[in-house]
Amino acid sequence: MAAIAPKAKLDSQAGAPALDVERVRKDFPILERTINGKPLIYLDSAASSQRPRAVLRAVEEYETTSHANVHRGVHALSQAATEAYEGARERIRRFINARSTREIIFVRGTTEGINLVAQSYARPRFKPGDEILITGLEHHANIVPWQMVCEQTGCTLKVAPIDRRGELIFDEFLKLLSPRTKLVAVAHVSNALGTILPVKRIIDAAHAQGAVVLVDGAQAIPHSRVDVRALGADFYTFSSHKIYGPTGVGILYGREELLAAMPPWQGGGDMILTVSFEKTTYNELPYKFEAGTPNISGAVGLAAAMDYVEGLGIEAIAAHEHRLLELATAELESIPGIEIIGTAADKAAVLSFTLKGVHPHDLGTILDTEGVAVRTGHHCAQPVMTFFGIPATARASIGVYNTERDVAALVAGINKVREVFG
Amino acid sequence: MDLKELYRDVILDHNKRPRNFGKLDSADAHADGHNPLCGDRLSVFVKMNGDRVEDLRFEGKGCAISTASASLMTEAVKGKDKATIGALFEKVHNLLTQQDAPAGAELGKLAALSGVREFPSRVKCASLCWHTLNAALDRSASTVSTE
Repeated sequence: MAAIAPKAKLDSQAGAPALDVERVRKDFPILERTINGKPLIYLDSAASSQRPRAVLRAVEEYETTSHANVHRGVHALSQAATEAYEGARERIRRFINARSTREIIFVRGTTEGINLVAQSYARPRFKPGDEILITGLEHHANIVPWQMVCEQTGCTLKVAPIDRRGELIFDEFLKLLSPRTKLVAVAHVSNALGTILPVKRIIDAAHAQGAVVLVDGAQAIPHSRVDVRALGADFYTFSSHKIYGPTGVGILYGREELLAAMPPWQGGGDMILTVSFEKTTYNELPYKFEAGTPNISGAVGLAAAMDYVEGLGIEAIAAHEHRLLELATAELESIPGIEIIGTAADKAAVLSFTLKGVHPHDLGTILDTEGVAVRTGHHCAQPVMTFFGIPATARASIGVYNTERDVAALVAGINKVREVFG
Repeated sequence: MDLKELYRDVILDHNKRPRNFGKLDSADAHADGHNPLCGDRLSVFVKMNGDRVEDLRFEGKGCAISTASASLMTEAVKGKDKATIGALFEKVHNLLTQQDAPAGAELGKLAALSGVREFPSRVKCASLCWHTLNAALDRSASTVSTE
C-alpha cells in the first residue's frame, strides 16, 4: 500500500486563502493506493471525484445508527432517517442559497434533473413553433432530453454556436433568442472544454425574452460558489459525485412558483397525499417530485460533502485548482505536438488535449501504466468533437486534492507516450 | 504490465504505415465497424474469388492498436478462404482474451497482438477489424458494433 509521493513545496503564494493540499490529500483514502505499482495520480475528477473520509463516515454513521424509511413511520428510526434526509435538504439549500427547501428536489443526478424539467415543465407546455435554445458545447445529457421533447411536442431545438476557443458566441446566442424561445438550457461549465459560461448574462437575456433558463451545473458546483438567487436561475441541477459526495444522488433546484405549477414526473409512494381509485391528490413540494424511497444515505453523504467543501472554502479550492490549471496549461503547451482543445479566457479545472500522431486512447493507456488516470474519448459531447474535427481528446481534470506533482506526472507520462510513439 | 508488450515495434510500424489502406474500388462487399467507446470507425472492403478473399483493404481512423490490428489482418487473410479465415479469427480472439493462449507459428505477425490481453480495455480495439471483416464476408450487416 501507500507510496505517497515525497513532500514537495506547496502553495502559500497567491491572494486567496491557501489550501493545505497535503492535509486535504490525507482526507481521501483512495489516494493512498497504487496503480501498476505507481502512486495514483487522479486527474479524472470531472468524470467523478473521490470521497473524503468525512463523507464515507457520514454515510456509515447514518447506515449504522439511523436507517429506516423516511416520512413513513412513527418509530424512532424512521424519524431519525427523516431528520437526516430533511437535514441534508436544508444543508443543500444553504449551499446554493435557495429560498426554501421546497425548491430542493432530490434526483439521481444531473441527467435526471434535466429530464425531469424536460418532461414535467417543457413537454406539457411546448407547442410547434416554440423553441428550446442550447449551446454548441453541451453534454449529451443537456441535448438528448430536449430532442425528446421536440419529438414529443413538435417544438424546435436551436443551438447557439461556439468559437474555436470553445467560447459561446454571445451575439449569435442573442440572435437566436426570441419570443419563440420558451426555454434556454446551458452548461455552467463545459465538461469537455472547461469553458465557464456567462450564465448570469445568459439568464438576464433569456428572461428579457420571457424564456425560463435551466443551468446544468454538474461541472460548476465543485469549483465555484453557486448562488441560484443571485444568478436568477429558474432551474439549476447538479450531481453529488462531482462534488466529493456519493454517486446516485443529485439535486434539481427549481423556483417554487415554477415547480408548483408542474405536474409530477413519476407516480408512486411519498409523492401523494391521498390515493383512491377515483382520485389521487399529490403531495406538496418538494415531495411531489420524489416518488418512491429516495437515496437517503446519498443525501446524507452529499450534505457531508458540502460541509467538507465549505470547511475548506470554495474560493480557496477554486484558487488552488486555477493555479494548477494554469501550471498544467503552460507545461502542456511547451510539449511539441500537444494541442489544447478549449482555450476560453474563463476556464475551470478541465484540460482537454490531443497529441499529434497519437490517438487519445493510446495516450490514456500509456498514462495509466504510469498511474495517471485521465479520461479519453468524446466525453459525452460528440458535437463538440465534431466541431473541432477530432474523434476524441484526452482530458485531465483537477480536483481539490491535486498537486504540482500530479501535473509533473502528467507531463512525464506524455513524454513517455512521445517516446513510445517516437 | 509492460508497455513494450503492447506497443511492439510491429504494432507501431503498422500504425504508422498501415498496409492495404484505402478504398478498394473493385470490392464485392464492404462493412463498417464502430467502437462507440472510443469513437473508432473503420471500413473493410473485400474482393472475393469464389470462397477466397482475393484482395482486401481497410480505411478508417482509430488508435494504434485498432489500426495495426487491421493492417496485420489484411496481410494475414489475403488469398485465404472463409473457413481458414474463420479459424484464424478464433486463434486471434483466443490470443487477445486468454492468458495462456499460445502464439503459434500459424499466427505469424499477428502474434504481436498478444500484449493486448494485459490491457482488457483495449481488446475491442484489436478485434473491431475482425468483426468488421466477418460482416463484410457475410455481406449481411452494413454496420457492426463491438458493444
